[in-house]
Amino acid sequence: MKVHEYQAKEIFKEYGIPVPKGGLATTPEEARKVAEEVGGDLWVVKAQVHAGGRGKGGGIKLARSLDEVEKMAGQVIGMTLVTHQTGPEGKLVRKVLVEQGLNIAKELYLGMVIDRSTECPVMMASTEGGVEIEEVAAKSPEKILKAFIDPALGMLPFYARRLAFGLGLSGDLFKKAVKFMTNLYRAFMEKDASLAEINPLVITKEGDIIALDAKMNFDDDALYRHPEVAAMRDPNEEDPLEVEAKKYNLNYIKLDGNIGCMVNGAGLAMSTMDIIKIYGGEPANFLDVGGAASAERVENAFRILISDPNVKAVLVNIFGGIVRCDRVANGIAQAAKSLEVTVPMVVRLEGTNRDEGMGILENSGLSFITAKSMAEAAEKVVQAAGLK
Amino acid sequence: MSILINKDTRVVVQGITGKEGTFHTTQCMEYGTNVVAGVTPGKGGLMWEGKVPVYNTVAEAVEKEGANAALIFVPPAFCADAISEAVDAGVEVIVTITEGIPALDMMKVKRSMKGKNVRMVGPNCPGVITPEECKMGIMPGYIFKKGPVGLISRSGTLTYEAVWQCTERGIGQSTCIGIGGDPIVGSTMVDLLKLFNEDPETELVVLIGEIGGTAEEEAAEYIKEEFTKPVVAFVAGRTAPPGRRMGHAGAIIAGGKGTAAEKMAALRGAGVHVAESPAEIGATVASVLGK
Repeated sequence: MKVHEYQAKEIFKEYGIPVPKGGLATTPEEARKVAEEVGGDLWVVKAQVHAGGRGKGGGIKLARSLDEVEKMAGQVIGMTLVTHQTGPEGKLVRKVLVEQGLNIAKELYLGMVIDRSTECPVMMASTEGGVEIEEVAAKSPEKILKAFIDPALGMLPFYARRLAFGLGLSGDLFKKAVKFMTNLYRAFMEKDASLAEINPLVITKEGDIIALDAKMNFDDDALYRHPEVAAMRDPNEEDPLEVEAKKYNLNYIKLDGNIGCMVNGAGLAMSTMDIIKIYGGEPANFLDVGGAASAERVENAFRILISDPNVKAVLVNIFGGIVRCDRVANGIAQAAKSLEVTVPMVVRLEGTNRDEGMGILENSGLSFITAKSMAEAAEKVVQAAGLK
Repeated sequence: MSILINKDTRVVVQGITGKEGTFHTTQCMEYGTNVVAGVTPGKGGLMWEGKVPVYNTVAEAVEKEGANAALIFVPPAFCADAISEAVDAGVEVIVTITEGIPALDMMKVKRSMKGKNVRMVGPNCPGVITPEECKMGIMPGYIFKKGPVGLISRSGTLTYEAVWQCTERGIGQSTCIGIGGDPIVGSTMVDLLKLFNEDPETELVVLIGEIGGTAEEEAAEYIKEEFTKPVVAFVAGRTAPPGRRMGHAGAIIAGGKGTAAEKMAALRGAGVHVAESPAEIGATVASVLGK
């Protein structure tokens, strides 16, 4: 799960990680009030959306007076921000974070993820802050320092020392950096984060180390033990159909194509999307109805699928294992009847009781197009969608 | 021969009295799996379905029934504890079916297994089957058939699809393993390839990968250097958009890495026969085996 910058910074504060003074605003007037409370003569107005590249997209603005803060906030709130991470349709900005402007001496990078190869948390630091870290990683990987932390030992001071020395820090700044990293590790582990990233991490002319930006993602599987993190979910940042699907525990991701897919199992769902593409079509979604694919789930899944106006045809691909195909077929027929599905539906059932399942569909009085293999199903659905 | 499990494997099921545990234990026993004990803390002394003795701890199941493999259906919040209990009790093979274990829990459990004589498969997986001998998992038994193909997969139903394509062509399997869809798994593709390399019954291995992580690239590296048998592979998720988790916690293209194209290229570079389409896995296996 993703959270906003201001929410990540709230967590940082809880763990003693320094962030700029600031506050959240949903109107220009509120923004002015926050700026007044923060004080000083330079402020930053930052759009709060779940996407990177906000600065380039015009979602981050500097203001040198309270009037300017109000004006900038008025420009940013309500704008549709388009960045390389939002897609061409962009994202509506509903709130801004207003913060004190800092006297920046140097911009660094600090990040933390679980490294899948070594199966341990890795903290990464770089002197190349403020730019796309993927670019740094691709062009000059030696500029990214890494500490692979043994989870049995935890964040021993030497890990942080190695990174801080590697960044060329000394004296007071060195001590502050070590403390910063130690606290970031605690926040990451205690909150079950899957990613923490501070880009840039700034050194101010006054000699402080402050998280100018903050990004945190959390492990969905661990949210049950962090209700305070789960409460940070912002449904405005998610596709409404995906929010609806989540209610029924369906795994649905909306895509740009026009062939709706309903499949049991994530791997089979992904490869069904792949084979549609091989036959010249474009999937409208990823949808895993789960291994069990009960009648109720199938009906909910169908409803969500066809409420996407782009869907011109539907492909159902079920491998009946423990769940029998005849049961799934009954669910499909029921759902198609009660929902009055009008787009063509191609169904491919394989596995336990396949023939009985296919028989049920063929005798249902509904116009299903049946297919015996994945390839045949993909070919037929691409045809049905009118693409060929 | 086979790898990990066979007809002599003595299975203890953790979480045997739960709904999932009961259903799938019944299925496994019908397939012929030798389930010797169950464990549900607080229900020790019970006889599950009148057939299998239930113990409070895994240690008792090992001591009294000689269990040497654990099949785990414990809910995610308690699962890391259950796995560690099985490790501590000294079983040799652990198969964890449970989906949704927090990644940091798995990381610590995995770390604690280092240096111990235990191999885990999963979590979030369909399990392991040695056809016609032992099934420790939730896969439909009848689609499998004894034979020369080893299979390692990150997926569930896609595994069934691949197996079915082989079985329909009369090509059977030595052992099939679903390694699971999580970022951290008990056994990696490389761990299992090493076992298949030593198994005389396995003539060819099918690898089913998916987007996210670098497991396929590491497998390609190992295959190139040391693996002596032909490998057929398929990688799911060519059409997956970056930054979106495709069902499995591990299936996500992050920071431009972990794409299907990179994985397929790495595997091809190692001499692996990569099927372009999921519908061609069985046909590719057949042509490599000359059948």
